[in-house]
Amino acid sequence: MTIHIPTPLRAYTDRQEAVTVTGTTVAAALEALVTQFPDLRNNLYSADGKLRSFVNIYLNDDDIRYLPAKEETAVAESDELTIIPSIAGGR
Amino acid sequence: MLKISYTEYETLRAHGVETYPYECCGVLLGHSTEAGNEVVETVRAGNTRTDSAHNRYHIAPEELVKIQRHARKLGLDIVGFYHSHPDHPAMWSSTDFAEAHWLGCSYLITRVAGDKTAGVSEDTNSFLLTGTSEEDKRFEPEPIEILINETV
Repeated sequence: MTIHIPTPLRAYTDRQEAVTVTGTTVAAALEALVTQFPDLRNNLYSADGKLRSFVNIYLNDDDIRYLPAKEETAVAESDELTIIPSIAGGR
Repeated sequence: MLKISYTEYETLRAHGVETYPYECCGVLLGHSTEAGNEVVETVRAGNTRTDSAHNRYHIAPEELVKIQRHARKLGLDIVGFYHSHPDHPAMWSSTDFAEAHWLGCSYLITRVAGDKTAGVSEDTNSFLLTGTSEEDKRFEPEPIEILINETV
C-alpha cells in the first residue's frame, strides 16, 4: 500500500512524497514505514509509543481514530494512508 | 524568504477582511526550495472553531487531506498556512505556536483592523517553523517577497 508523507516529514523519507510498504493493518503499515525510516518514529510517536495527538492518519477517506478497529484496521494493497498533522491556532 | 505572487498575497488578505471579525484560515500551496518556500496558489479553508472564531482557527484534517490531494494533482505541495488576526498584531501567539506542527512550513499571519463590523487589511508577516521535532520547534521571522507580474 501507499503512504503519503506530508511536507514536514519528508526530511526523514529521503524527500519522498509517497512510500510503498507492505502490511495487513494500519499499525503494521506504519511500523514498516518507521522501520524503513527510523528517524521518522520520533515525529510520529510519543515516547510512550502512541501516535502523537497532532498526527492524523487517514485510511483513504477515513480518520482511523473513528474506525472501529482504529490502528488494527485491516488494509489492502490498493489502500492509501495519508499522514496529516493538525493545523490550528489563534491570537 | 517566502515568495508569493501579488495576486495570491492580496487574495489571502482579502479573505481576512471578508471573515472579519472572525479569523480566516487557508493553505499555501507551492514549492519548497533551498531558498525558501514559494507560494503558487492559496486555498481557502473553513474554520471549524465556530465556537471561538474571533480568536481561534482550526482546519479539519479531512479538508487538509483533500487539499493535499488537490496539490498533488497540480504538482504542488503544502508549503504553509495563513490565518488572520482580527484587531490583533500580525505576530504568532502562544496558541499559534502550541498548535504549529508543520516543520519547514511558513505560517503567514495577516492583521485585520476595524470596528467589529467592517475590517481593513493591515500588516502581514510570515514565520517559518524550524527545528527537527515537536520538542525543539521554533518560529523564525521570514521576509515576504511579493512578486509583481511574475509567476512563481
